[in-house]
Amino acid sequence: MTTFALVDCNNFYCSCERLFRPELKKRPVAVLSNNDGCIVARSQEVKDLGISMATPLFKVADQLKQHQVQIFSSNYTLYADISSRVMQTLEQFSPKLEIYSIDEAFLDLTGFNHLEKYAQQIKTTVYQHVGVPVCVGMAPTKTLAKLANYAAKKFQATGGVVDLSDPVRQKKLLQITPVAEVWGVGRKHTEKLKRIGITTALQLAQMDSRRVRKLYSVVMERTVRELNGEACIELDHSPAAKQQIICSRSFGEKITDYATLRETVCEFAARAAEKLREEKQYTRAVNVFIRTSPFMKTDPLYSNSATGKLAQPSSDTRDILALAVRLFDAIWKEGYRYAKAGVMLGDFCSPRQLQYNLFHLPAENTHRDKLMQTVDDINHSGQGQIWFGGQRPKQDWFMNQSNLSPAYTTRWDCLPLV
Amino acid sequence: MTVTQIGKSGSFSPLDIPLFLDNVPAGFPSPASDYCERKLDLNELCINKPAATYFVRAQGDSMIDAGIFPGDVLVVDRSLTAQHGDIVIAEFNGELTVKKLEMTPVVRLIPMNNQHAPIEIPEESDLEIFGVVTTSIHSLHKS
Repeated sequence: MTTFALVDCNNFYCSCERLFRPELKKRPVAVLSNNDGCIVARSQEVKDLGISMATPLFKVADQLKQHQVQIFSSNYTLYADISSRVMQTLEQFSPKLEIYSIDEAFLDLTGFNHLEKYAQQIKTTVYQHVGVPVCVGMAPTKTLAKLANYAAKKFQATGGVVDLSDPVRQKKLLQITPVAEVWGVGRKHTEKLKRIGITTALQLAQMDSRRVRKLYSVVMERTVRELNGEACIELDHSPAAKQQIICSRSFGEKITDYATLRETVCEFAARAAEKLREEKQYTRAVNVFIRTSPFMKTDPLYSNSATGKLAQPSSDTRDILALAVRLFDAIWKEGYRYAKAGVMLGDFCSPRQLQYNLFHLPAENTHRDKLMQTVDDINHSGQGQIWFGGQRPKQDWFMNQSNLSPAYTTRWDCLPLV
Repeated sequence: MTVTQIGKSGSFSPLDIPLFLDNVPAGFPSPASDYCERKLDLNELCINKPAATYFVRAQGDSMIDAGIFPGDVLVVDRSLTAQHGDIVIAEFNGELTVKKLEMTPVVRLIPMNNQHAPIEIPEESDLEIFGVVTTSIHSLHKS
């Protein structure tokens, strides 16, 4: 029988913010999304106030103030560094590990003994070494391990560790777990299931899997099998390379003039190109889209997008920018109040599998890669900025980050003071 | 406007200082002299567990007798369990502070500067240790 463990950090972003601020350990903390728009992470105290995930800040601003909640803008530099420390620490506990998201990882613990004790050790070690609290859920399938982790978080008496190897315990937990908490069951499915009287995880587990397949999908059938202890989802050691990269944003203030929107599109294109280089991929297709707000009933609606192919796969900002601008010009229309724009890159290929065309010299790519590497190095060094014509001369111009904490672990001038 | 190329940029590698196995002989060259070990990395000297190591910067003069001066960078290893006599980063009064830890006869945080008084930790309150300081990096050159 297989054993999977899901290690999930508790209120990860909040825990990161608290790490170097001991005075916040007992105080409520909330972290905001890009642009300080919504709440994306809540400490337990904030959850207890009844403030739910993704609540727009303006709706609860007064309540937060009243309870002296410490608010932070998202500090992804910090979170990414702490995340990699957590994952590195977890690696010593199993030869097989799958990083599932920034704050959770699956470990294959098949054949390990004294699971509960081992999981306690994982939990203690991550806290001691890195400084963020985690919970561990273990079970014969990934879906059940997810549920075990849910229980470890929800029920204090578990001490943050739940071993769901025993079918009797599985059943007990499934019985008291709402079906919406099951991995892979989204809001739509929850509604649908409710209509046929399925509200608990156990009811879902007891459905006939063939019927589930007919009513919903193969994926849902797999979920049902997994709930019954049949491992259908394997550990994914090397997550597939990204298939597309999107940089887009809704604007706080609508954009009406050509120059501003063009700059915005250029900014997104440059960012997307940078992300593409992080993935070590080349792109062949660039898509640009712009649209007005569908919620503004009084404004005329306009939404359009255009896709173009690059003559040669590239990760060079200049190529991507040039094409993005041409695409933008093709869809731009005067007289609308634009609410959102974005740039999407797709159809990737690895630089190693590159097919050159007749007029292309491979040496040219080496030069281009070097130039882009240098640009990225300078921009990441924190000591200077290089931007391309068309972009605005300030990278964070659209990011409202009024509550940003320092890059404690990644910049010499931001080290915590003692 | 004209530009002049002043040199090619390359990617920067970590600090590379070769370590030679041999002393330098003033006579017959050692047959082993063409053996060169791999280059030294200062991180290796100061950092045992990278995932558990944080850097913090010291401020104030409460630890100057331990050789920790304001502005020094301290290497903090969280994987170590603090022992009596260790220099630690402790959480005190909602702040991170660097002090020497005493466990006996009572738990105390000792400043290493006789101008400062030791901090006694009342028995009922638990002292959170952020990590053990393993190295202090003190720059001697004003740059």
